[in-house]
Amino acid sequence: MKFRLLAYLFFFIGFADLFVKIFYGNIFSDLTEDYYEIANPILVFTPVIFFSIGGIFLKESKVSMSLENFGTTRIKYYSPQFICLSLVVLIFLFFTFNAQMNMENRGIDFGFSFLQQEASFDMQFSLMDYDGQDPYWWAYVVALLNTLLVAFLGIIFCTIIGVIVGIARLSPNFLIRNTAAWYVEFFRNIPLLLQIFFWYYAALRALPLPQDASPLFGVTYLTIKGYYMPAFLWNNLNVFVYSVIAAIISIILIRYYAVKLRDTEGKQLPVFYISLIILIVLPALTFLVGGVSLNFEIPVLKQLSATSYIYDGGIAVPPELIALTLALSLYTATFVAECVRAGIQGISKGQKEAAASLGLNTNQVLKLVIMPQALRIIIPPTTNQYLNLTKNSSLAAAIAYPDLVLVFAGTALMQTGRAIEIVSITMLTYLSISLAIAALMNWYNKSIEIKEK
Amino acid sequence: MFKLIKQLTSFVAMLAVLFAFSTETMAAKKSKTLKNTQKKGFVRCGVSQGLPGFSNADASGNWTGVDVDVCRAVAAAVLGDANKVKFTPLSAKERFTALTSGEIDVLSRNTTWTLSRDADIGLTFVGVNFYDGQGFMVRKSSGITSTNQFKDGISACTNIGTTTELNMRDFFNSKGISYEPVAFEKADEVVAAYDAGRCDTYTTDKSGLAAQRTKMSNPDEHIVLPETISKEPLGPVVRQGDSVWEDIVRWSLNTMIEAEEYGITSANADSMKTSDNPAIKRLVGAEGELGAAFGLDNEWSLRIIKQVGNYGESYKRNIADPGILPDRGPNELWTKGGILYVPPAR
Repeated sequence: MKFRLLAYLFFFIGFADLFVKIFYGNIFSDLTEDYYEIANPILVFTPVIFFSIGGIFLKESKVSMSLENFGTTRIKYYSPQFICLSLVVLIFLFFTFNAQMNMENRGIDFGFSFLQQEASFDMQFSLMDYDGQDPYWWAYVVALLNTLLVAFLGIIFCTIIGVIVGIARLSPNFLIRNTAAWYVEFFRNIPLLLQIFFWYYAALRALPLPQDASPLFGVTYLTIKGYYMPAFLWNNLNVFVYSVIAAIISIILIRYYAVKLRDTEGKQLPVFYISLIILIVLPALTFLVGGVSLNFEIPVLKQLSATSYIYDGGIAVPPELIALTLALSLYTATFVAECVRAGIQGISKGQKEAAASLGLNTNQVLKLVIMPQALRIIIPPTTNQYLNLTKNSSLAAAIAYPDLVLVFAGTALMQTGRAIEIVSITMLTYLSISLAIAALMNWYNKSIEIKEK
Repeated sequence: MFKLIKQLTSFVAMLAVLFAFSTETMAAKKSKTLKNTQKKGFVRCGVSQGLPGFSNADASGNWTGVDVDVCRAVAAAVLGDANKVKFTPLSAKERFTALTSGEIDVLSRNTTWTLSRDADIGLTFVGVNFYDGQGFMVRKSSGITSTNQFKDGISACTNIGTTTELNMRDFFNSKGISYEPVAFEKADEVVAAYDAGRCDTYTTDKSGLAAQRTKMSNPDEHIVLPETISKEPLGPVVRQGDSVWEDIVRWSLNTMIEAEEYGITSANADSMKTSDNPAIKRLVGAEGELGAAFGLDNEWSLRIIKQVGNYGESYKRNIADPGILPDRGPNELWTKGGILYVPPAR
């Protein structure tokens, strides 16, 4: 009983301390002024210290009480949880108030109204129209899109490379197997930031100047100032899009029909080839009869000064985006490859042999027996890698790719001086992106996991 | 109840102040920063991560530059020794947060004085130690000799988080030229990218261009264009709310400039004590009680001049002699055709 009283006493002191700190500030500030550097950090944490001492006593009392018959089980069950929750809330509140107090003392005000102000800086690269006259919130959206773009590209490429390398590591061919193993060991053991610098500074220096570049695939140019591609100029684009949608719907219907045919009559339709033909023929028809036409705007060399050239027209992909996507996908692909290898090796050999003895060919064995089981092992750790890639994309700031960290938590933070507001927005944004990716992958994982009756 | 405690403690504190009044001056009591600096024994000063002429560390970690000299002057005035400074290298992005959060007490990092910075984010600019303007650097081989020759599609490398980014936009917009801004976080990365040929031009303050040019693989291949597209008054900054500390930093800088005006140098400062001119005598502490207002002794300005030198000496040592900007331009005294003009110390 003594322990419990002591615990409550300490909780009370902690609450009182917190109350005073929040509403009256540091009432001893005049006395601690001389040694505030030592005293302040301790003073800041005194409520936390009181609460933890109280918690220890409460735990002690619980242990000694458990021998006696005390209270109802419900109180025993809920009171520690309630105390934990209130502690977390109080700590959060305390730090918020502390920050607010310090900001007030230093004449910094808090608020999000700056988001409406004119940003007045330009961005090198944006997916949507952006101009310096736009407000900060629009700069935020545009920078967020840039982050999402590089994360999206990185995830696609790292999946493709990762699956290929992961399967190659299991190849019976000595050369393929060992090349894949070397790739994985090499790229995953070098820090990512170094790799980004390598692709940007070392690989960039090796690229030709625009005037010296020889065309790649006839009309595209890879230069030190970026990758220039022809732009598509569509006529009647909507007709083409409709035709693609129609093709996709008919493919879904055919698949459905094929499954039905297999189940009722035992016939197999070559669904893949039929789908491919529909996907090519239907949009192609629109060019012939639908009045759809496609022109290319081919980049043309333009002289800026005696020694400086650029390509005009077409689409320009900045070298920063290329370097970042390359570094992120090559780095993350090594981890994805290991996930894939683990997934495939996690399936027992008997499964493969059993499937083969049923008369399935190699492709069918992989598609119908091995992969569905392997995916259950592959998906959860691969989700982690996707999240890592997205978070690592913030290293873009090192090589001038205008992502969320460089533009919003960099330039915008500097121009407005709103550190707390901007950093918290940026943190929440990354949290939301990561949670969204995790939710998507969890949903996919659910859809492929064993359905138990 | 708590109000009572608060009142009691403040009453006790007031008594303590009354007792302490005989030993400490009012100014020192009022300025927390001054008191803490004297207690610690060094001035906490924020500088750049390496800009020759302004703040740059040599191989053995000694900081030199005109920005560094401002901090050294403050240390000489407050602590009596110009070497009692702790330098913190800061990026453009970190600098204001470091100052407002109390990590440093003086920010002397080629920082442009603007309205929004002065009024908005808890800072106070105390003066100007270098009048600068934004310019452009291009490769000599490009044949460009003026910004009028810039064409649509030009790519410009620069730093993020500076006024440079905003000026650049204003400039290109007013000329109606479309451009590609390539903004890096660190100055070294900007130089590396420009040097590699990623950008056609590199833009920042002209003093910065001149200083960074010396770091390039082949400095002679690059020229700084004559046009100046903005006003960039660079100066030291302090936290808002400590007016005594603000005055100390301001007058440490002003003392250096005024000393040059009166021809007082680190070599002749002692002998100037017997000068006939009362303005000179005030500056070297032989007349008046100028230090008392800050809670300092009377020789604070003499120590600045003796240990750091006057502004002209600092400029010559850090900027002119290494060949960064031999011509002082607007940073000449008002009496010699420049715009350096400080209020009188009296």
